[in-house]
Amino acid sequence: MKTLRLPPFASALLALAVLFLPACGKRETRVQKGNREQVLHRGNGAEPSELDPQVVTGVPEHHIIVALFEGLLMAHPKDLSPQPGMAERWEVSTDRKTYTFFLRDNAVWSNGDRVTADDFVQSYERMLNPKLAAPYAESLFIMEGAKEYNEGTLKDFAQVGVKALEMKKLQITLRTPAAYFPVIVNHYAWFPVPIKVIEKHGSRYDKGNRWTRPENIVTNGPFTLKEWKTNQVIVVAKSETYWDAKTVRLRAIHFYPTESIDADERMFRTGQVHVIYDMPLSKIDAYKATPNSGIRFEPYYGTYFYRINLDPVKGPNPALRDARVRRALALAIDRDAIVKNITRAGEIAAFSYTPEGPGGYHAKAKLRTDYDEARRLLAEAGFPGGKGLPKLVVHFDTKESHRAIAEAVQEMWKKQLGVEVELLNEEWKVYLATQQSQSYMISRSGWIGDYVDPNTFLEIFQSTSGNNNTGWKNPEYDRLIVASWYAPDEPARMELLAQAEAILTEECPIIPIYHYTRDYLIASSVKGWYSNLLDEHHYKYLHLDDSAGPDKPPVLGAAP
Amino acid sequence: MFKFIANRVVQTLAVLLIVGTITFFLVRLAPGSPFDQERAMAPEIRANLNAYYGLDQPLRVQYWRYFTKLITTGDFGPSFKYSNRTVTELIGESLPVSMELGIYGMIIAMIVGGVAGVLAALRPNTVTDYVPMSAAMIGISLPTFVSGPILLLIFGIHLKWCSVAGWNEAADKVLPSITLGLYYAAYFARLTRGGMLEVLSQDYIRTARAKGASETRVVFKHALRGGLLPSISFFGPALAGIISGSFTVETIFQIPGLGRYFVTAAFNRDYTMIMGTVILFATLICVFNMLVDILLVWLNPRLKLA
Repeated sequence: MKTLRLPPFASALLALAVLFLPACGKRETRVQKGNREQVLHRGNGAEPSELDPQVVTGVPEHHIIVALFEGLLMAHPKDLSPQPGMAERWEVSTDRKTYTFFLRDNAVWSNGDRVTADDFVQSYERMLNPKLAAPYAESLFIMEGAKEYNEGTLKDFAQVGVKALEMKKLQITLRTPAAYFPVIVNHYAWFPVPIKVIEKHGSRYDKGNRWTRPENIVTNGPFTLKEWKTNQVIVVAKSETYWDAKTVRLRAIHFYPTESIDADERMFRTGQVHVIYDMPLSKIDAYKATPNSGIRFEPYYGTYFYRINLDPVKGPNPALRDARVRRALALAIDRDAIVKNITRAGEIAAFSYTPEGPGGYHAKAKLRTDYDEARRLLAEAGFPGGKGLPKLVVHFDTKESHRAIAEAVQEMWKKQLGVEVELLNEEWKVYLATQQSQSYMISRSGWIGDYVDPNTFLEIFQSTSGNNNTGWKNPEYDRLIVASWYAPDEPARMELLAQAEAILTEECPIIPIYHYTRDYLIASSVKGWYSNLLDEHHYKYLHLDDSAGPDKPPVLGAAP
Repeated sequence: MFKFIANRVVQTLAVLLIVGTITFFLVRLAPGSPFDQERAMAPEIRANLNAYYGLDQPLRVQYWRYFTKLITTGDFGPSFKYSNRTVTELIGESLPVSMELGIYGMIIAMIVGGVAGVLAALRPNTVTDYVPMSAAMIGISLPTFVSGPILLLIFGIHLKWCSVAGWNEAADKVLPSITLGLYYAAYFARLTRGGMLEVLSQDYIRTARAKGASETRVVFKHALRGGLLPSISFFGPALAGIISGSFTVETIFQIPGLGRYFVTAAFNRDYTMIMGTVILFATLICVFNMLVDILLVWLNPRLKLA
């Protein structure tokens, strides 16, 4: 009898397969299990640098911190209007510079201590103290004396505009009136931190303080930190001490640091996460073509634009100091072609810088695509057909879409204006250094609003702003921005801001290209996740419900 | 022997100091700082940050402080990016993960590569030679960033046999181990084939066959030891690379290993983390090279310890 003999090579492979493959197998996906147990799984970009609200700056950190902490007020999940948070109500003085917040009785830390007005005062002291060197200290500079305290010129914190009038009564005095102040305090820079707990683990000004480790941390938000495994997972669980715990329906949230957006997308496609951090450009079309794939495009409060360096000293190209040249460049861009063919995620072509709509804001002046006018302006400036214009250099950071857009713009300027353009790609940190030291000619830029108000966009082009980076200075623009802070009412304020923007649009130190959208993937079982302009989703309003049918990961490329 | 080792230890320390010094100054030459971000930072805040991390001091003072602290306490300092974690802590968490992945990868590489190489050498210029050797050639030329996603697509996404990301349960560990293993398996296969072919043509093998020893006995008892030597000398340096983590495999499969830090630390300008990873890797290479040297002398008495 002849026994079946496999070649040895095949037997070795078979043995390996037998050894390893039992580890694999079809199971309930993590998303399906999460739906049963009310556990949300979220892809979350890079590993958070920290979870201390006063030390961090990034978006991945933001996603976790809003689960753990809560400020005086929070944003409405749909329209982002200010809602009670730690404070149950607030009052504003007649000169609109002094706000009084009344903290709620049941505002407590997760260790049972009351959240008091003094906690806020101590927290803001820590945030502003030069010893902590908080990167976002500037967010608090709107408070009287805050900037001086942070710079070290004011030594006595009692002179900074924040006071605990009573245990439950907090008063904040601003440098200038700011109609948008109640929406600012929803930013994590304004969140309270548990000073007493921090001091148990070292100095409150020491960044190496380990108070945010799961075994030490005390929080006041809807969730508490349970687990933090570097580059692996961060688990937060519902807090029973949170004042509005009855609204919170999720039992836990798992945040996965996913450095690669492709891995993030694969995790979604295999049912491992409910929501991903960001969408790979290469997959947009496939998801768009697949029904119920979970892809979403939502308007986002931000603008993609090109900065032009017209600084009389640092600007490398004197021709760009002529507003006619800049305007010619701005008119010779076909923005619709860029959003339709390159970015492809429903972005809106931007003919003015500040996104319109929110707060009743509308631009008074707009750009357009007008090649004839562009050519006329260029000729008028002394460069007919682009002749004599020193070569332009467009500089951008490493990303597929930035390059594609820069190439499109290069082509448009060459074809329509006869202008020679060179592209310069730089690694992120190099790019930042080039832009901030103003050693560029034309630089890819973006700005995302910190809060929903045109002020967050327009104030950065004041001549004194550290974020201006163009060398553009216009006294009338500066005057209008300051005047808007003191405007008697909202329509008057919007009018002043629109007048300021009209100057910006006319002078073109920047060339708006499009308004951002947020594009990502989300499972159909996630309920209470509303589209809003800041992509803020407070977890307390979310729950998971797959009663309409279990979450099936999409099969791309399947026939519709 | 003692003198040899003592000599090598001194040399290693000198190499590490030179590598550390060059790295220290090179990373400071790179434009950008650990604190640069999209929105500008007020100059006073930047000054506060620089003061906090001692970056306001002249470079030679920083250099002196860093190395005296490192040498006297063995402390790599706090990470600039992950502010409440130290570099030693981050390496301590991630190195075991990379080592585990590396060991699985190495086992797969040695089994698959060894078997394929031996088979190919036994029947040179036949199908059992061409098939594994062509596969090995593909394996060598196919980088892990291509083979990883292909394996993921087939076994993770279409067949749904394995997880596509993470490092918790067995199902997470299969595909990354295979991806890493197959890459090295290709090298082992070719080295083993070459080694075996050389040994099989030696006189003593012919003697063994003439004596009537079975083919199995000839291969396993007489030829294999000598045939594996080239693979073993490759094993040393490969091990240093494989246990300190593979950036690509760890990124593709979302594995919390050390390999990622080699790249992300540089992107983040995380000065202390860059120093930590570079010094660790340099140490591994030096140590493994020393071990290989000792091993070679041991195996081959004609070489002298000097």
